[in-house]
Amino acid sequence: MILTIEAVRKSFAGPEGTLSVLDGLDLTLAEGATLALTGESGSGKSTLLTLIAGLDAPDAGRIHVAGKDVTALDDAGRAALRRDTVGLVFQQFNLIPSLNVAANLAFQARLSGRLDRAWLDEVTARLGLAELATRYPEQLSGGQQQRVAIGRTLAARPALILADEPTGNLDEAAADRVLALMLELSRDSGVALLMVTHSQRLAGRLDRRAHLSRGRIA
Amino acid sequence: MWRAAAGALASHWRRHPGQAATLLLGLALATALWTGVQAINSEARASYDRAAQVVSQENRPVLRARDGGPVPLADYVALRRAGWAVAPVLEGRATIGGRGVSLIGLDPLSAPVLPAATEPADGADPLPEEDGATALAAFIGPPGRLFAAPGTAGWLSDAVPQQVLISEDVAPGTAIGDIGTVADLLAGVDDTRDSDAGGRGDPSRLVLIEDPPPGATPLSALAPGLVRGEPEAGAGIGGLTGSFHLNLTAFGLLSFTVGLFIVHGAVGLAFEQRRGMFRTLRALGLTRRALALLLAAELALAATLAGAAGVALGYVIAAALLPDVAATLRGLYGAPASGALALRPGWIAAGFAMAWLGTALASTQALWRLARLPVLSGAQPRAWALASGTAQARQALAGLGALTLAGIAAAAGDGLIAGFAALGGLLLGAALVLPWLLAQGLAAAQSRAQGPLAEWFWADTRQQLPGLSLALMALMLALAANIGVSTMVGSFRATFTGWLDQRLAAEIYLDAGTEARAQQIAAWLDPRVNAILPQVWTEARLDGRPAQLRGLADHATYRETWPLLGSRAGVWDALARGEGILVNEQFALRSGTGPGDTVTLDGRAARVLAVYSDYGNPLAEAAVSLDAFTAAHPDLPVTRFALRLPPAEVPALMEALRDLFGLGSDALRDQAALKALSLAIFERTFAVTGALNVLTLGVAALAMLTSLLTLAAQRLPQVAPIWAAGLPRARLGHMELARAALLALGTAAAAIPVGLALAWVLLAVVNVAAFGWRLPMQVFPADWLRLTALALAAALAASALPARRLSRRPPADLLKVFASDR
Repeated sequence: MILTIEAVRKSFAGPEGTLSVLDGLDLTLAEGATLALTGESGSGKSTLLTLIAGLDAPDAGRIHVAGKDVTALDDAGRAALRRDTVGLVFQQFNLIPSLNVAANLAFQARLSGRLDRAWLDEVTARLGLAELATRYPEQLSGGQQQRVAIGRTLAARPALILADEPTGNLDEAAADRVLALMLELSRDSGVALLMVTHSQRLAGRLDRRAHLSRGRIA
Repeated sequence: MWRAAAGALASHWRRHPGQAATLLLGLALATALWTGVQAINSEARASYDRAAQVVSQENRPVLRARDGGPVPLADYVALRRAGWAVAPVLEGRATIGGRGVSLIGLDPLSAPVLPAATEPADGADPLPEEDGATALAAFIGPPGRLFAAPGTAGWLSDAVPQQVLISEDVAPGTAIGDIGTVADLLAGVDDTRDSDAGGRGDPSRLVLIEDPPPGATPLSALAPGLVRGEPEAGAGIGGLTGSFHLNLTAFGLLSFTVGLFIVHGAVGLAFEQRRGMFRTLRALGLTRRALALLLAAELALAATLAGAAGVALGYVIAAALLPDVAATLRGLYGAPASGALALRPGWIAAGFAMAWLGTALASTQALWRLARLPVLSGAQPRAWALASGTAQARQALAGLGALTLAGIAAAAGDGLIAGFAALGGLLLGAALVLPWLLAQGLAAAQSRAQGPLAEWFWADTRQQLPGLSLALMALMLALAANIGVSTMVGSFRATFTGWLDQRLAAEIYLDAGTEARAQQIAAWLDPRVNAILPQVWTEARLDGRPAQLRGLADHATYRETWPLLGSRAGVWDALARGEGILVNEQFALRSGTGPGDTVTLDGRAARVLAVYSDYGNPLAEAAVSLDAFTAAHPDLPVTRFALRLPPAEVPALMEALRDLFGLGSDALRDQAALKALSLAIFERTFAVTGALNVLTLGVAALAMLTSLLTLAAQRLPQVAPIWAAGLPRARLGHMELARAALLALGTAAAAIPVGLALAWVLLAVVNVAAFGWRLPMQVFPADWLRLTALALAAALAASALPARRLSRRPPADLLKVFASDR
């Protein structure tokens, strides 16, 4: 298993007291598999992704990514996990505004020391970004920016991609195209994908679907 | 990992060269102002040191013959053999080529520092680089080498066989050479040495290079015919120029602080604009430590680059200002400062150190925020500038705390540390309070605004205030520094004028050298002048401590001009009757005594009749009547006089004294001319402070420009709806100008009391702690108006570009604000 989550709990202190978001959640994902995580707003989908990526720590439970216990890692260890094993795709793209498209695409692969030029060129070409290589993020449309963000992650060939509503800012047609590319490329490169989405239609295109409700997989 | 992350961070600067330029320019300007001032100070001090060693008269004790004649060579030899570090000086006046010149002969082996020469006087090629031995051989001769001021060297080189070199270290009308060379010149031409009693080449005096070693045979045993004399009157170069240098240093520090505000703003902005990038880098796997290290390295590189540029620019500033400063120091204080600038490792290193330190200081907050940056916080960059009202109030409270501490330090503290603590607290506190103060003013204006546009204007100005705070704080510091320093310098000028009137009340001062000649000259003068006032002083002990004792003749000169502090009723009559003494302000302040108190003078009780101001004198001093002085020191020869005569008769009398008695320029001073020259040169001081004022204000204007340019980009969402509602872009641009002018006026209004408080601390705390005397403060409202106008001009200049950009902004840019997918 690339991902194993056991009895994870997470709660937040709010103005109306403690809010339990995840309540003993269990989940697994095999290498190369794809999983759509759906649920109501505030059900804890994005929180779960941040815990898997080591951006936050659970109150209880264990999360293993590629055999490593994320909850036992320190800050540097969690950073190394994100650099080497996990790829993140954000709804807000989070491109580096001062780097052009080509540099953004290569960035994560360079950061992790795994830059493969041939693979990068293939990802760039299949995402239709070759023509845009010298442009900067501010000169791209939302769909183009999201393609760059996905390409950045895929170019680094992580074992697991965590995508938080990667098509949330796109229209339906653009969302379909982006997801198709993402699935195709992740399958070709053997990357597992855990994607958070509100769209049942898109969720149906992944291998598995899990619905998050009341802090657990329903 | 490192390379990729460093490349990403650097890409921000490549994409935003303006921000990079702002950061580097701010730091470079801050460093330049600091370095420039330090270079001027160190160069001037080096000149004093050099000149003091060359001529060996300033600040060094001298040994003279008791009878006022030459020092017997045998005495010199005896002293040297006994281990006394003394250097012979032969001085005399000669007429060479039909013109009078004072000759000073030095022994380069015992006082081995020679004047710095720039070029030969005969128009030959500049001297090749000489090693010490070659220069020494050329100096000793034959034919020998003379150093003279530019105006003197020209004609002297045509009249003597020696090589004459031009040197800025030598006073006009004087030439310095080897003691043997000078002896030959004095013997071979019109010899008018101080005395004809000694042998040829006998020194006029011996300069004590170092105090004798412990256990050395005392002077009385080795050379009973010699007497040790301390530096004249204590009004040495150090005491007078110290104030000038301290003030320049304070100004440099203030300029540096203003520059740091730019750096702080630029670093904060660069960090805030890259906040999203930092989060992305962290999310993609860059450790917090690696990010912090990369940013620290980036800042260190910027500090090094800007430091180098700043040091170079500082050199240019110093080179441009130094001639004025040197002229001021030479003319005003008699301090032999050179007008040429040398690269000195000390101030270069200090410049770099300040650049690094300044960057570290200015980026501490940004790095601290980075360390606490939550990687999960909202993806939209928080507007760095938009501090909350609570934060502003908290900052104002901290400012009030700093102001309170400054007040306590000024009122209760003692010494330089308290003075500088008060200065720091005052400036920091005022800067911190300023945004809150302006916000209150804007809120009041908003509450009275009529019409939607006026309401929006005030509300929008309030919203912009946090973003402009740093620039406005920098502007206020620059203005306050200007007001403070100009108030202090203006007060200094006014006081100095009065002090010159006191110290140089007589028309001519002369030093006859020996008592016999003094009597001869006095007899000649008696029918030709209105008054001959003996100038006598000696060492004394005042309340058991070393002091200077002065004897004052009972004459209208002193009754009318001597600057007594407080009432003078009956003081002079009581002094003449020997019923008490006068003490200088330094002693009064240090000992806490005042009129009516009793002190001990040379072991005897004496009543203090009055206190007099004595600016520039670092020593305690007392004055008694001339009769009392003579009675207490009957053996002290009277060789110096102040002469009172109608000013119109001064030139003729001086000419006659020169011709008849061979008195050189050192022995005969036309103080009216000297006073006029001193005052004229003093005005050049203001050229220096004026230049620094303009530079500091320029730095503050730059801070405003960068802040406004930054805000202009961030403000589109606020401006676009107003444009869409029907306000033309040109009108929006005009409102930008009005806003900048308004804020600058408010800042200037706040800066005036801060500047006055600054001047008060400088005059009443720092100067008193440093020099023991207090300058009375005077205010110059015309300066405030001028500075306010300058601040207004700076603000308008800074806002012109952003306002122009806004007024010409393509509608497409403004429309983007309403697009949803960006």
